[in-house]
Parts: sequence; C-alpha cells; structure tokens
Amino acid sequence: MNAPNRLVLFTLAIVLTLAGCATPRPAPTLYEQFGAEPGLAALVDDLLERFADDPRVGVKFANTNIPRFRRLFIEHLCQIMDGPCTYTGDRLEEAHRGLSIDEGTFNAVVEHLIDAMDAQRIPTRAQNRLIAKLAAMRKDVIYK
Amino acid sequence: MTTPISLLRTVALLAACVSVMPDVALADRGRLLATGGATQLEGAAGGGLVPWAVLSGYATRDGYGATAYATRVEVDDYALDSGGVAFTARNRIEVSIARQRFHLGTLGDALGMPGATISQDIVGAKLRLAGDAIYTPWPQLSLGVQHKKNRDFGVPSAVGARDDHGTDVYLAATKVFLGGAGGYNLLVNGTLRSTEANQLGILGFGGDRGGRRVVGEASVAVLVDPSLAFGVEYRQKPDHLAFAREDAFRDVFVAWFPNKHLAAVAAWADLGSVATLDDQRGWYLSLQASL
Ligand code: HEM
Repeated sequence: MNAPNRLVLFTLAIVLTLAGCATPRPAPTLYEQFGAEPGLAALVDDLLERFADDPRVGVKFANTNIPRFRRLFIEHLCQIMDGPCTYTGDRLEEAHRGLSIDEGTFNAVVEHLIDAMDAQRIPTRAQNRLIAKLAAMRKDVIYK
Repeated sequence: MTTPISLLRTVALLAACVSVMPDVALADRGRLLATGGATQLEGAAGGGLVPWAVLSGYATRDGYGATAYATRVEVDDYALDSGGVAFTARNRIEVSIARQRFHLGTLGDALGMPGATISQDIVGAKLRLAGDAIYTPWPQLSLGVQHKKNRDFGVPSAVGARDDHGTDVYLAATKVFLGGAGGYNLLVNGTLRSTEANQLGILGFGGDRGGRRVVGEASVAVLVDPSLAFGVEYRQKPDHLAFAREDAFRDVFVAWFPNKHLAAVAAWADLGSVATLDDQRGWYLSLQASL
C-alpha cells in the first residue's frame, strides 16, 4: 500500500474511534453536566466578577441592569443547554445592538468563560459543547 | 554537540523579544489561544511540516501581530535548522521570511565535504480568502506563496536540479470542529501545493524527471485542552531527481501553547529517503514567540 493510502486509513481510524467515543448512551443533558440551576448561577456569578475586572468587557455593561442581565443570561444558557427553561429576553441581535462588540472582545468573553468553567470544575468536553453552541451565535453579537 | 546550546541561545533571544513585546501598542492578541498555530518548516503559520490556512500570531481583523520561530530537525544522517519571522495584518495577510540550513552530515562526509551545509532563503505571503477556522461553519481558506532561493546550488546542480530558485503556490483549508473528537476540539487541515522544489528546495528546483507538480498535505490534531494538542501530519513531495528517490514527510507531534507569547512543538518525524540515504527518522523541535 502506498503512503497516501496508509495516511487516509490512519486518519479514518482515528476519526471513527473518536466518533465511537462521542456517543455516551444515557446522555446527560449539557444542563445536567453544568450542575443544573445552582451550577449555572454559580458559573454566571463567577463570570460576572471576571467581566467587572476586565475594563474591555466591563465598559460594555456600564448601562446594564445587572440583576436583569444575570437572570436572562442564566435563562438563555439553560435553554440552549436543553434545560427546563424558556428564554424570555430580547433576540441576541437586538440585545447587542449599539454595543460594537469586536472580535477581540468576543474572544475575551470566551476566555473568561473558559476560566470560569475551569474554576467551576466543568469537564473540558462539556465546556467544548457549550462553546460550540455559543460560537454559532457570534454572528448575532459582534459588530452590531 | 552544539544543538542544545544553539536552541538555548534561540530561546533566550526569543524570550528577550517577548519581554519587550507587551509594550508594543500595535500588537493585537484578540484571537483565541493556539489559533495562530505554530510555524512550519518554511516560515508560514501551520503545523510543523504543513502550512495551514490560519495566519501567524493572534491579531484579529482590528490589529497586527508578529511571530518569530526557530526549528531544528535531526534525523539519522542529516539535520535541518530553520528560523524566521512573520507579520500579520488584520487577520487578512501574513508575510514571512525564513532561512533554512541543511546539514549534509553523513552524505557530506561521503562526498569529502565534512560539515557541509546547503542554505536557502524563503519569502512567503498568505492571504486569507474566506472563513474563520473556529467561527464559520465552512473552513478558513487561504492562498499562499513561498518564493525560495537556494544559496548553495553546487550540490543540487551536480545531482540534476534545473534551477536555484522556485515558487510554491498553495491553497489551504483549516477547520476546527469544537467538540469534534469525542468532545475534544478537532483540527483538520488540507493543503494543495504546486511546487518544483526537490526536498523543499534544498536540492534545487525541477530535475531530470520533471518540473512542477501538485502535491497534497494534511494535518489532523486533537486539543486535549486549550493549550495542548496532539496530531499527525503528512506532506507529499515531488520526486523529480533520478539520482535518488524522494519520499513524503510525515510526523506525529505534540504542541504546547502555555500562553499567547510562546508555543513549542515536539515531533517524531519520518522524512523517508533523502538524497540516497533511506529511512531518515528522528526528532523535530520548534519554538515560537508571538507579539
Ligand atoms: C454568544 C455569546 C453571547 C450570548 C449568548 C449572549 C447572551 C446575552 C443575553 C441572553 C443577554 C440578555 C438580553 C436581554 O437583555 O434581553 C445579553 C445581554 C448583553 N450582552 Fe451578551 N451574549 C453574548 C456575548 C456578549 C459579549 C461578547 C459581550 C461583550 C462584552 C456581551 C455584552 C452584553 C451586554 C452589555 C448585555 C446587556 C445589554 C443591555 O444592557 O441591554 N455579550 N447577552
């Protein structure tokens, strides 16, 4: 067998093996993996402290009603993690209009989120599942 | 053996650069960790062997970034040093310069040229055409060129190379699948390159068995956490000199991104047959400093 074929087979073997790992049977929802309502509340409180300590992010919240944001953000997380919630806030595009959030600020928030999830001992694979969902929403948040 | 010492010297130099970097107002570190990749053999952002579609450093569309790197590959009969710098503007275009020095080792001794080396200079540019490796559902797509000039054309010419310079053109597609490897992030890269280079250009360009050819290159990596990746790479090469067979390069690597200023890659590389000496295997070590 020539070299390219061997590589293709090798790659295929890796991907299939990993795909096999990707299907745990009685799948806990992401919401459960994050510790349900108390877990999300702790995560968001941790996150808000990190926002407050980072001027680049904090400045965007200067005119925000923080208790309302906290409630809606938890609700939104709960919904996208398949938890028992219905998000009652504005559409993301509306919520972020006029904030001019650039790519760098978006990523700064992602980095704070990763740090907060690490602090809350959320497993890496659950973290990645949440980030994948948020990444798909970036287009509704940046440069609005 | 001078290798550890020269690597140490390089690290010290890179560290000195890094220590003054945080004050550079232009530097933008807005992209996520590891998204600038490492630096491949010819000075472009990529894995170790293969250029990726990502641009070097951490600049977003709103800023500028730069990197410097030093790489040493040591296989059974040869060694290769590679070093250079790259600059990225607005996550749109990367320009790079690099120099490679190939140590003829065993072959040099056999030719009665102990300690002989062959060097080449590479000027590269890479344009991001579309996409974002992480954030768009489609891959990041970039078009690159690497213009190479061999500085020691005596041996390449004697073994049948036609030219002392040549230009590679490549199209690279890179996609990060978040959670794509059983919950871990998966990076997949494919690169198509049109090239005339024999052994990267170390043995000149074109030969008695042909000129330009399109080759395929690929990388697959799994990030076990945001700062640590394990992967494999494969790089097809032309085989245009009758005097010796030329094989594909391949490696298995681990890449560490402790922060946005440093990256280190260690790999086990298999360079196949090089200039008549078969089974050239050994280690690959690369360090990168970013603005
Ligand atoms: C995909 C990522 C994001 C999601 C899912 C998200 C989600 C939300 C939600 C659910 C709200 C409440 C909406 C409402 O008030 O009705 C909100 C508000 C807000 N978000 Fe985001 N957000 C994201 C990224 C960001 C980023 C990167 C920033 C930058 C610092 C940011 C800054 C804000 C601010 C300042 C508000 C409050 C706006 C106001 O006071 O009306 N968000 N976000």
